[in-house]
Amino acid sequence: MTSGTAEATIHIPTALRGFAGGARSHDVSAATVGQALRRLADTYPALRPHLYNESGGLRRFVNVYLGEEDIRYLQGEDTPLDAGAEVTIVPSIAGGALEAETAEATRSVLSHDEVLRYSRHLIMPEVALVGQEKLKAARVLLVGAGGLGSPLGLYLAAAGVGTLGLVDADVVDVTNLQRQVLYGTRDIGTPKLEAAARRLRDLNPHITVVRHDVQLSSENALEIIKDYDIVVDGTDNFPTRYLVNDACVMLGKPNVYGSIFRFEGQVSVFHAAEGPCYRCLYPTPPPPGLVPSCAEGGVLGILPGTVGAMQATEVVKLILGIGEPLIGRLLRYDALEMRFAEFRLRKDPDCPICGEHPTVTELVDYLQFCGIHPQPAPTEVVAPELQLTPTELVALRAAGRRPLVVDVREPHEREIAVIPDSILIPVDQIVERAGELDREREIVLYCRTGVRSARALKELRAAGFGRLKNLTGGIHAWADEVDPSLPKY
Amino acid sequence: MTAVETARLTLPDDARAVIVRHGEASYPHECCGVLLGRETDEARSVERALPIENRWDVAERGNRFLIGPDDVLRAERAARRQGLDVLGFYHSHPDDEARPSTFDRDHAWPWYTYLIASIRAGRCVELAGWELRADRSAYDPVRVRRESESE
Repeated sequence: MTSGTAEATIHIPTALRGFAGGARSHDVSAATVGQALRRLADTYPALRPHLYNESGGLRRFVNVYLGEEDIRYLQGEDTPLDAGAEVTIVPSIAGGALEAETAEATRSVLSHDEVLRYSRHLIMPEVALVGQEKLKAARVLLVGAGGLGSPLGLYLAAAGVGTLGLVDADVVDVTNLQRQVLYGTRDIGTPKLEAAARRLRDLNPHITVVRHDVQLSSENALEIIKDYDIVVDGTDNFPTRYLVNDACVMLGKPNVYGSIFRFEGQVSVFHAAEGPCYRCLYPTPPPPGLVPSCAEGGVLGILPGTVGAMQATEVVKLILGIGEPLIGRLLRYDALEMRFAEFRLRKDPDCPICGEHPTVTELVDYLQFCGIHPQPAPTEVVAPELQLTPTELVALRAAGRRPLVVDVREPHEREIAVIPDSILIPVDQIVERAGELDREREIVLYCRTGVRSARALKELRAAGFGRLKNLTGGIHAWADEVDPSLPKY
Repeated sequence: MTAVETARLTLPDDARAVIVRHGEASYPHECCGVLLGRETDEARSVERALPIENRWDVAERGNRFLIGPDDVLRAERAARRQGLDVLGFYHSHPDDEARPSTFDRDHAWPWYTYLIASIRAGRCVELAGWELRADRSAYDPVRVRRESESE
């Protein structure tokens, strides 16, 4: 490191150029940043009142960068200059309605315990103490504490994000434990946020977990989101995705997006101030029922682990201000092929919420927007006289009647549980294979819970079959009423 | 240069709507954001208002706002990409007048246009524009007009 003076260039912000004869930059010879700034003020005295306060120190919201670093994290005005140094004056813009000066926030200072806990972060210059303090000062909201919310909560808590808000109204179910690693067997039946808060506080007692035990809605979204710096979309349904997006655009918050489906995942960062929002990518939601949920289509349990961890990575990068965030980029991950693909996303100038002439200025009814009726209209209604309970089927067989029992599930489901003396015709093949069925014979259709079999019944009736029954509640009901040795899935 | 006439700022309705809804949605906290647009000899014309995160300590956001240097740099980059300039900033005063306070004045920058939105009980009641005088003694009012108004 050289001591003594160096040639440096000071970049002058727009607001001050008028006081420097219109100059955008000014070259000086100086040994330290402080000296360079004083030389600048000597050359252009009109700058002095805007840079310095009455005691001769730099005004509070004058930020000075040496290269990419704020001098406040180097040696302040005593930071030495090397040849060719670039010094940039960057305004902070502050104000407020009351007169009193307030003290600098002290809450993001780390204790000795925290310094030890985060040592693997602190020894990396890209994080360092200042970065860890930024993490501690950050407030991140996780919408959804399920498949994506689990790795997000765990890794962001571990990283030391000071305030983690969680939004979820659900209770832990055994089917969650295939992927929602935030929870354990002892949490089954407990509200998710109660178990999550307990787990996350155990992982990191230095953070604050804020529970929002509600469903996010147009009534509460702005109120909840406004207190956070970054929002992470870990939801599992389209109305909430659009709601989160719109609220984030309105409040100027970045929205770290992730989605999963079977073996594929997507990640991006929507920040309307700098790039596209979710509506730029998907201006209209898919028709209801087209994209199955995890319960309907299934999902590889590990997949949300990968995608959620990528979302957590983006959150940390945004807080620290390092690396390249996924703003304007969509990352697609295919777990089966083990490939990543990246797609450029552009802001849509006609986007109704973040475009040049926004037409959406308030949160709307997102269920309606997605074409979902408030009282879910059952896709197939089966008339009572066409329903048959498992107990009734057993009675029929005992009385000597021999209905043809048709299983309309997928072949791999039969390995889990099967009703004896049944044949398999998957529901998507029922019409084309109707010829295999005897129209004169009584036919009982079943599936897992009675939904697919109701659809099959409707299709067979339309094909002219007259003696059909739907097994109410499917093989789940059979396991309840007739044969408890069968596993339910 | 002395301002003999009041400085003028054109604020289109959609940019105004962005500011109003941000102020109303953030109530009772102060909101803040950036004004992007173009300057000609006669006037400044806002093309977009960008909501920005209020970086002030959350406990005091009822009467303080802060747009940090990283956000200012990002806003300048975004402006450059769109062929615009950062003309100034907007913020809200919850349950207070749309006039700059002493704190505002002590921390303001010259040259920028400051728009202040007065939000009373969650509704925006006034939007006023201000520019800091070169000698920092006071603010000069800026006349804010809609696009449709003629000269």
